[in-house]
Amino acid sequence: MRARTAAAIALAALVSLPLWVANPYYVNIASQVLIYAIFALGLNVLVGYAGLVSLGHAGLFGLATYTVAWLVASGTGQLAAAVAALAMAVAMSAVFALLALRATGIGFLMITLALGQIVWGIAYRWISLTNGDNGINLGTRPMPFGIPLASASNFYVFTVIAFLLALAAMAVFVRSPLGASLRGARDQPRRMTALGYNVWLIRFLGFLFSGFWTGVAGLLFGYYHQFVSPQVLHLTASAEVLLMVISGGTGTLLGPIAGAALVVAMKTVASAYIERWNLVLGAIFVAIIVLMPEGLVPGSVRLWRWAWRWLLASPASAAGQRP
Amino acid sequence: MTALDVRELAKSFGGLRVTANVNLAVAPGERRLIIGPNGAGKTTLFNLITGELTPDAGSVHLFGRDITGIASRRRPHLGLARTYQIITLFPRDTLLQNVVLALLGLSRLRWNPLLPLGSQRHLRELARAALARVGLEAIAERPLSETSYGERRRVEIAMALAQNPRVLLLDEPFAGLSTDERRDVQRLLASIPREVTIVMIEHDMDVALEFAERITLLHFGEVIVEGTRAEVVKDPRTREVYLGA
Repeated sequence: MRARTAAAIALAALVSLPLWVANPYYVNIASQVLIYAIFALGLNVLVGYAGLVSLGHAGLFGLATYTVAWLVASGTGQLAAAVAALAMAVAMSAVFALLALRATGIGFLMITLALGQIVWGIAYRWISLTNGDNGINLGTRPMPFGIPLASASNFYVFTVIAFLLALAAMAVFVRSPLGASLRGARDQPRRMTALGYNVWLIRFLGFLFSGFWTGVAGLLFGYYHQFVSPQVLHLTASAEVLLMVISGGTGTLLGPIAGAALVVAMKTVASAYIERWNLVLGAIFVAIIVLMPEGLVPGSVRLWRWAWRWLLASPASAAGQRP
Repeated sequence: MTALDVRELAKSFGGLRVTANVNLAVAPGERRLIIGPNGAGKTTLFNLITGELTPDAGSVHLFGRDITGIASRRRPHLGLARTYQIITLFPRDTLLQNVVLALLGLSRLRWNPLLPLGSQRHLRELARAALARVGLEAIAERPLSETSYGERRRVEIAMALAQNPRVLLLDEPFAGLSTDERRDVQRLLASIPREVTIVMIEHDMDVALEFAERITLLHFGEVIVEGTRAEVVKDPRTREVYLGA
């Protein structure tokens, strides 16, 4: 009951944010947090629930951004461009999965890293198609149902809707039989095979699901910046979102969101005050690894429970000491 | 018809022959014990039967059907279940969820990405019944990580039985158990109906001999002796290879 109330309050605060945050700068930062949260949630399907660490997800993310930018810039309709961008992200996920799922662990990580860098290399070098380092301008944001998304608050609401859909999809997926199968394949792949599961196909479907939401995030990212350059696809972007997932807490619903909020806040807000914000972010990551290696969200829950129990127990144990 | 028929099965790892032309015919409802010293190739034989390893030569037949070329993951659907020597369960889940996962493996529902698994009543009822069979119903909701080794062995067997197998392969079900736990598992195995054919690998001769009708002795991947309990125990080669007397 308490959890439900807390969730309702959080939801109300989230949706009404443009009403109580007047400054469009902060509304935009909130949009960025949500876009990265969707990205991190998508990656978390693989990292957290499938136990497969990908370092190539920026390739899928950026491919969706590039597709929508390229199509819109060349005059395609917004809806068709958006659908094509998501389809490209899912199709490329299938290619990544076919190649990378030959391995698990470090092998999987290295293959996804290489594939991501290939996509980056194409964007960087195939100048006639991608305009190379100069990138592509998206022109305008779409107008779903005739509502312009040009203002920060309208775009934020659009992003919130996508974010809530992503969160709901994740919540449904992890509770479903297929989600349970994916976690089973993470913990005991041999046993799962012996129980009659097709471990490869389960992982493949997990990869597609992850790739779809990564594509959604990439699409929103394109709308947000209205510009895309090869930087978006680079390994550092893959590493950054992986850090979000790991620092927030893998295999949890809220962890990737907290991780995204932390990294985006450091990158945008803190960097305005502290020149060496990277150093601060690094220190925060080290602190997280030392104090709560399971991630911010599960770690905070653990520390909170521990503190609560300690507070409750101390007078009782003192009373018990009396003869 | 034989329940499980292994013909001329062979497997080598490099120059090491771990399974050398093994023939094994297990009748429906039979209780077969496979014994042999460490490294005799007993678990390898199980892995070849379940398809986790691909044989170099020979074939495996399940109730007359050649399953040699069938993927490992398809074989449980044909009625072949196994337990592992080293317990391989899902430590973060409850006992009930472990068994539900075993049931789900044979259900088309396993591909469903939308329904909540927790509300699948019939799966939970079946899983509870499977746990009741092994006497663990009372702790069904306990996380696996909070159970004893003996209880986990029984969860393994419950998961295998939940799949309603026709042939059940048990890889050292008594390993690492206390005397009391052994008695529990022994009673549990005795209660399995004859519709289930059982092939068991076991080191513990006391409990295992009592259970088995026929015994196969493996040594260096070869079948050395096969026969009834009395025949195998009496055979001088058994004493030489295994009993060490």
